Amino acid sequence: MKELSGKVCIVGAGETHSVGVQPDKSALSLNIEAIHNAARDAGINVGEIDGIFTAGQFTPAAIGEALGVCPLVVDGTYVGGCSFMILVAHAVTALHHGLCDVAVVSHGESGRSHVGGPRTRERSLIGQFETPYGFGSAVSYFGMIATRHMHEYGTTLEQWAEVAVSTRAWASLNPKSNHRDPITVADVLASRPVCYPFNRLNVCLVTDAGGAVILTRADRAKHLAKKPVYVLGAGEATEHLMLTQMRNLTTSEATRLSGKKAFNMAGVKPNDFDHIMLYDAFTAGPPIMLESLGFCKPGEGVQYFADGRAAPGGKLPINTNGGGLSYTHTGMYGIFPIVEATRQLRGECGARQVQKINLSLVNGMGGMLSAAGTLVLGNRPKA
Amino acid sequence: MTEPDRPLPEPITPESRPYWEGLKKHRLMLPNCSRCGPFFYPRLYCPKCHRPASGWVQASGRGRLHSFQIAYQSFSSAFKIKPPYVLAMIELDEGPRLMSNLIGIAADPKAIQCDMPVEIVYEHIVGDVVLPLFKPAPAKRSSRGAKANSKAKPKAKVKTAAGRRR
Ligand SMILES: [Zn+2]
Repeated sequence: MKELSGKVCIVGAGETHSVGVQPDKSALSLNIEAIHNAARDAGINVGEIDGIFTAGQFTPAAIGEALGVCPLVVDGTYVGGCSFMILVAHAVTALHHGLCDVAVVSHGESGRSHVGGPRTRERSLIGQFETPYGFGSAVSYFGMIATRHMHEYGTTLEQWAEVAVSTRAWASLNPKSNHRDPITVADVLASRPVCYPFNRLNVCLVTDAGGAVILTRADRAKHLAKKPVYVLGAGEATEHLMLTQMRNLTTSEATRLSGKKAFNMAGVKPNDFDHIMLYDAFTAGPPIMLESLGFCKPGEGVQYFADGRAAPGGKLPINTNGGGLSYTHTGMYGIFPIVEATRQLRGECGARQVQKINLSLVNGMGGMLSAAGTLVLGNRPKA
Repeated sequence: MTEPDRPLPEPITPESRPYWEGLKKHRLMLPNCSRCGPFFYPRLYCPKCHRPASGWVQASGRGRLHSFQIAYQSFSSAFKIKPPYVLAMIELDEGPRLMSNLIGIAADPKAIQCDMPVEIVYEHIVGDVVLPLFKPAPAKRSSRGAKANSKAKPKAKVKTAAGRRR
């Protein structure tokens, strides 16, 4: 993969105009609106798109039809919310080898209002071995990981809460964020219990939104509307689907493998990063990702949030858009951290802009840390 | 036939039929690999060595609470048991993990600990549908003793399990 490092750029990034509750738009419209906004951001005509990479309820054929293009490369890899990080990696390969010239990675989901049909997923294993016991939405699973982490490492409810507090501090600087009022650890602990060990404020939003990024080869990227953001490293891996099959509940093997691959491709180490985006469907996710990615020892990930390193003004800003916890979360959040990292690396983020930023890490999960996609992004062709 | 208080397991696939048939007879059956031992969920090939599964073995019905959550709300309309209830990941003494509920204990994080010993309760849901639930078990005297007893155990447990849950 090393020869692919820095050869392809994100040249356009966009979202739906709103990332909140939108009962007036179908999931397909959210997807298409995001693509148009990303293409406009890049200064590229939608008609030039010849590679469609999308995950969820719409196949690339459905997106191509709705856009009015006939893509030459299609990829509908669907392994949960990190599919979009993985699709960026697939687009890099396709573009580098000339299989297509302008690729879009897109997402749209009416996760809150359910306009235009639901996502579907495998049912026979879940239906036999999980739903009879009262399992349902993701919050009824992810806490298993958090509870076990507390048992093995002594992590506390207060420490998980710090993740929500830090992320909300970033959200308060983002005018587009759904939740913007600052919160405290006490607020998180006093919020409505949903599923121990998680209260309401440990859990992401559910919204209707779309997002997209446009990619092309570096030679052309230099002549487009915005500063190119180079894909320096990319990794992907999956470990399991059913949480009972996870080898070790407190360390994500998929994340470890994916991160290692991305860091190797880019030739970087954890302490090289200026900015980090971690998929935060639940407060326990980001600390465990930092541990699995090799930033710290198991059990130490919460320190990044407790000591203020991850918060505005801290040394290692994490989840600067306000995250799935406060900004937006449609169900498959993965495109939004890529959009935020792109904007940060271009210096477009206003009050929440990270200073002195050259290298950003974007790490996503699918399911319950079941799958992972990692991107190393930079505003220069080499790390 | 009374209305079930929870979603019934469905669709039951051919690969897992011996598991569900075993539960009806109060036997916890696990698919087995002659080289690696039992695994779960049922599938045709061993997930460790990738050779064809060798058949089924009866598990002791004892294990530990690997992790848990306490549901303060229902996560599906078909699950009618009043919250709070305990979502449980059980690690069987034989190794495999499965999801279940922990019953016979207050749904209170202060009362429940990871790795506490648990044992199976054969819960008759409706008709002949039996689900494997788990309840706290006395700590093992010694692992050797527990293993030696494991063959005789399931029969004895049928009686204790007939007592009411919750
Ligand atoms: Zn085997």
